[in-house]
Amino acid sequence: MSTSKTSIRIGCGAGYSGDRVDAAVELATYGKLDYLVFECLAERTIALAQQRRALDPEQGYDPLLEERIRACLPICARQGTKIITNMGAANPLAALAKVKAIINELGLKDLKLVAITGDEVTGLITGDQILIESQQGVSLIQDRIIAANAYLGIQPILTALAAGADVILTGRVADPALFLAPVVHAFGWPLDDYRLLGQGTVLGHLLECAGQVTGGYYADPGYKDVTGLESLGFPLAEVQADGSFEISKVEGSGGEVSIGTCTEQLLYEIHDPTRYYTPDVIADFSQVVLTQTGKDRVTARGGGGIAPTGMLKVSIGYREGFLGEGQISYGGQNAVARGKLAIEILQKRLTRSGIPASDMRFDLIGLNALYGEAASGHEPGEVRVRATVRTNRRETAIQIGREVEALYTNGPAGGGGAYSAVKEIVAIQSVLMSADRIKPELHVEKT
Amino acid sequence: MRLRDLAHSRTGDKGNISNISVIVYRKEDYARLESILTPERIRQHFAGITHGEVLRFELPQLGAFNFVLYEALGGGVTRSLALDAHGKTLSSHLLDLELPF
Repeated sequence: MSTSKTSIRIGCGAGYSGDRVDAAVELATYGKLDYLVFECLAERTIALAQQRRALDPEQGYDPLLEERIRACLPICARQGTKIITNMGAANPLAALAKVKAIINELGLKDLKLVAITGDEVTGLITGDQILIESQQGVSLIQDRIIAANAYLGIQPILTALAAGADVILTGRVADPALFLAPVVHAFGWPLDDYRLLGQGTVLGHLLECAGQVTGGYYADPGYKDVTGLESLGFPLAEVQADGSFEISKVEGSGGEVSIGTCTEQLLYEIHDPTRYYTPDVIADFSQVVLTQTGKDRVTARGGGGIAPTGMLKVSIGYREGFLGEGQISYGGQNAVARGKLAIEILQKRLTRSGIPASDMRFDLIGLNALYGEAASGHEPGEVRVRATVRTNRRETAIQIGREVEALYTNGPAGGGGAYSAVKEIVAIQSVLMSADRIKPELHVEKT
Repeated sequence: MRLRDLAHSRTGDKGNISNISVIVYRKEDYARLESILTPERIRQHFAGITHGEVLRFELPQLGAFNFVLYEALGGGVTRSLALDAHGKTLSSHLLDLELPF
C-alpha cells in the first residue's frame, strides 16, 4: 500500500478456525478490499494444533487453510488484496509450504509469501515462573506442557508488509494486531502514538470475530430481529488516516451492522474498558462513540490508549487428563423425577467405585445444566441427564459413559438416546514474559 | 418487567472470568438501571454460579454497563465440567432479572 492513500478497506474473512468460507469468498469478491484478515486462533487452538504437528511434522496449521486459500487467494491476487492470517497456528512454515504449493498448482504468479515464527517459546518456560490464573509455579505442570506461545504484536507483520508481502502467515499474535498492522503500515502511524494505536485496536476488536459484528450471535426474536442470518455477511471497515472508521458489509448480504451489534462486540471479552492490554498499546475503549451513518453502516471514533507494559502474555497449553461424559434423555410427565433418579443411581455407583465426588458433575439438561441453582425451576416436558468426570485415567472417563448407557436396562423407565464421549483435556494457563526475550523471524517465499 | 425488556447483552470469557455487557435499547433507561444493577444485585442473581467478586464498569455514551464476574466459569473454560464451559449463556440469565417496575 502506498502511504498516499487517504483510506483503506479491511475485511475479516474468519472469526474462528471453523468459520464459514462462503462468506469470506463473498467479502473477497465484492468488498473492494485492500486487506483480508482471517483470525482463526482461539485460546486452545494452538495447543491442539501442536498435538497434530507432533503426529505429523507437515501439519499443525489451520485445518481449513487449504480450503480458504484455494477459495480466496485467486480472487485476492486478481484484485491486489493482501491476506493476513494466523492460520499458521503451530506450524507457520508448513503453512507457507502448503500455500506455495497451492499457488504453483493454480498458476498464480508474482506473489510474495511471508511466514512469521518466533511466537513459540516453549524452550523459555522455566519452573519458577508464576501462572497468572492459579498463582502457582509452572513446575506444577511442567512435565505436561504441550507448547507455550507468546502473543506477538504488530512489529513482525509491519516488517512483512514493508517487504511487499501478499500473504502473511503467522502463529500466535494478538488478535487485534492482525488488523492494526495494515492500518499502521498504510498510514505510517508512529508506533508511540498510543491514541491512534488504541483507536486501531478498537477496529481490530470489532472486526476480529467476523459475523459477531454483522448480526451473528445477536438475534433474539421479538426483541432483536435480524434477517438473512442464513447468508450472514462478514464485516469490512473503511479506515481513514486519522483512525476513524466505518464498519459495513457487502450490500445484499444477510445480517445487520447497527449500534447494537457494534456495542455488544466492543465489550465482548473486555474487562476494564479503560485497559485492554495488547503487546502494542493498552487500549482505552471507554470513550468510544458509535454513530449509525446509514443502513448497515456504523462509524467508530474516540478510542485511545497508553504505552504497553513491555510484557507479553504467553499461553501455555498442557495435558490435564481426560473428560468422560455420558447423556441419556427422559420425556413426558414426571421426566424430571426419572432424570433425578437416574442421577442418584449414577452418583451411588460411581462413588462406590472410588471416584471422588469433586471430580464429577451431574446435570439435567433442560432444567439446571446452564444456571444450576439459579435456574427458574419450571417443569420441562423432557430432560437429558448429563454426567461428566475429570480424571487422569482414561478407563475412568470411559466408565462414566458405560454407567450412563447401563441406565437403559438398569435405570428408570423410558430412558432413550444414550451417548458417551471421552476427550483428552488440553488446559491453558499463562505467564508474562519480557517482550525483548522474544525474537520473531520472517521467512519469505516468492512465486 | 424483566431486564430483557429494556436491554440486550453478550457474554465473553477469559479463563475463569466472565464478562457480561448490558446495553439499553433507549438511553433514557440508563440512569434507573444504574441504580438497580449494582454489583451486589448481580452477584445475588448469579448465586451458585459466580464465586468471586463482581465489578461494574459504566459506558454511558454507549448506554452500556460491563459486568466482570470472577470465579464464574467452574475453574476455567479448559477445566470446567459444565455443559456451557464458556458461560456463553450467562447473558440470557442476566436478562431474566426481575425489575422493580
